[in-house]
Amino acid sequence: MRNVLCNTLVEHSADKRFVFLTGDLGYKALEPLQDIMGQRFINAGVAEQNMVSVAAGLASTGLIPWVYSIAPFVYARPFEQIRNDVCMHNLPVRLVGNGGGYAYGVMGGTHHALEDYGAMLGFLNMHAFIPAFADDVPVIIKKLFDFKRPAYLRLGLSEKPKDFPLPTYAPWRRLLRGNGPTMLIVGPLAGGILGALADLSESVRPDIWVLTELPISSNDIPADFIDDLRGSRHLFVIEEHVAQGGIGQMIARCLLMMGETPSKFTHRCALGYVSGLYGSQKFHRKECGLDAESIIEALKGIA
Amino acid sequence: MKSSATEKDLKDVIHEAKLRLLKMHSESGVGHIGGNLSSLDLLMYLHHKVLNSDDVFVLSKGHSAGALYATLWSLGRLTDEDLQKFHKDGTKLAGHPPPNWIPEIRFATGSLGHGLSLSAGVALGKKLKNEAGRVFCLLSDGELDEGSNWEALIFSAHHRLEKLTIIVDNNGFQGFGPIREVADLGSLSEKFNTFGFHTEEVDGHNLEDIARAFSIETPGPRAVIAHTIKGHGVSFMENRMEWHYLPMTEAQYRQAIEEISKA
Repeated sequence: MRNVLCNTLVEHSADKRFVFLTGDLGYKALEPLQDIMGQRFINAGVAEQNMVSVAAGLASTGLIPWVYSIAPFVYARPFEQIRNDVCMHNLPVRLVGNGGGYAYGVMGGTHHALEDYGAMLGFLNMHAFIPAFADDVPVIIKKLFDFKRPAYLRLGLSEKPKDFPLPTYAPWRRLLRGNGPTMLIVGPLAGGILGALADLSESVRPDIWVLTELPISSNDIPADFIDDLRGSRHLFVIEEHVAQGGIGQMIARCLLMMGETPSKFTHRCALGYVSGLYGSQKFHRKECGLDAESIIEALKGIA
Repeated sequence: MKSSATEKDLKDVIHEAKLRLLKMHSESGVGHIGGNLSSLDLLMYLHHKVLNSDDVFVLSKGHSAGALYATLWSLGRLTDEDLQKFHKDGTKLAGHPPPNWIPEIRFATGSLGHGLSLSAGVALGKKLKNEAGRVFCLLSDGELDEGSNWEALIFSAHHRLEKLTIIVDNNGFQGFGPIREVADLGSLSEKFNTFGFHTEEVDGHNLEDIARAFSIETPGPRAVIAHTIKGHGVSFMENRMEWHYLPMTEAQYRQAIEEISKA
């Protein structure tokens, strides 16, 4: 997704409102953007607190600053700067966190982003965008150039199955129909799970929905999703984020307020470091039961 | 923003603002008066004699909100009725400056170590957009403990933000002790010069000295270290840390007014 981000931002480089700041990251990835942006590409150094407040100051002059780093360095290190300087003033700063969830794998826990959108969405005015597929990135970026509020963009590694025809971008999309549970997935996990589940028999196969924009409210939930849920009576939420502040909690609240209460709720989410050991993203997903194989086992158990 | 007050008139206007500031704090029964009195002369000079309509001011030491409100009152931007609501339920005049209100309060501040980076962002924005106007940021000396300020100093010097002026209200006290005992900053001039700022030291209660510092043209960012007195002008408050916190009793208020009136 990072390369798509760079290429898409290059296409927006003529927009004079656009300023790009990086926390000294982007080697062998962001050079094309650096070349074309000139003085509007700013390497702010390894100083994320200053970088975010500078971005707020820039936004207050009418510019649209995009702030880039490895995810935890862009949402956790400058936490108060995001809260006070960006969100309290409702400024259109775009925080781009590369490597959502366990994407940085064996680089270790300091580089993981397991509580990012939950933490960000606690702030006034903040919105989170979590593309599931590389194809979502240009659409979201275009949207963010006209979006008037603060935004956090979580990037990961796209895992879209080859030749799978994606429906037109929308914050809520149904990717697959089935007679199993109603499955709601956030982020690139959707691609791997979709690839593995497409071949399952229709009786076991879930309805698969993917959600890319947060927060949600009861009014945002599509009628088709509610119809699916009324049919299955089983909501199955999957996200590479801790349970606290995650979409599992958000949608449970919305459904309770709507009086839509499925009889079964399964929530697969990030569980931290289950064995205390480190490994690839795949390793951590497996430990949390977030990998496609574990999901299939769970579905077979339900059937 | 500037007023038409002459230098001589300004002393009278400041005198009035100081009395109004004390009245406001007394009526509201709130503290922070010490650091408000140390920064009032600087705020008044800046707003009455320096700031143009294109310029931006950022109060990084948000706990001097009272002095900023009194300054804006002296310019007719806030009314007596506004000040009467200071610190009361349903006010815009909170203990620290609020967001999204009037252009003279560009940013909500109060948590220390934010204003300088915000100011650097505004100065860089003006530079990138080739827009007129300068940026002035008032910090406390205790606030310089916050590491984000030093990130901002590196950034501002590196990007040659010549439109940026930082002013340090150097009253020598922080939250729980004198600076030299809590986290001694040593020579601020040496530090700022080393970071690439042109630095001036002034008496922060002497208008001629303040005027001199602001009249100097510099090729890069500028720092003005203003030596001030916490609780300036009120004998029992001067250089006393507790006046960071204490509200005035009625008797203390009367004494403070008497001392300021005779000054």
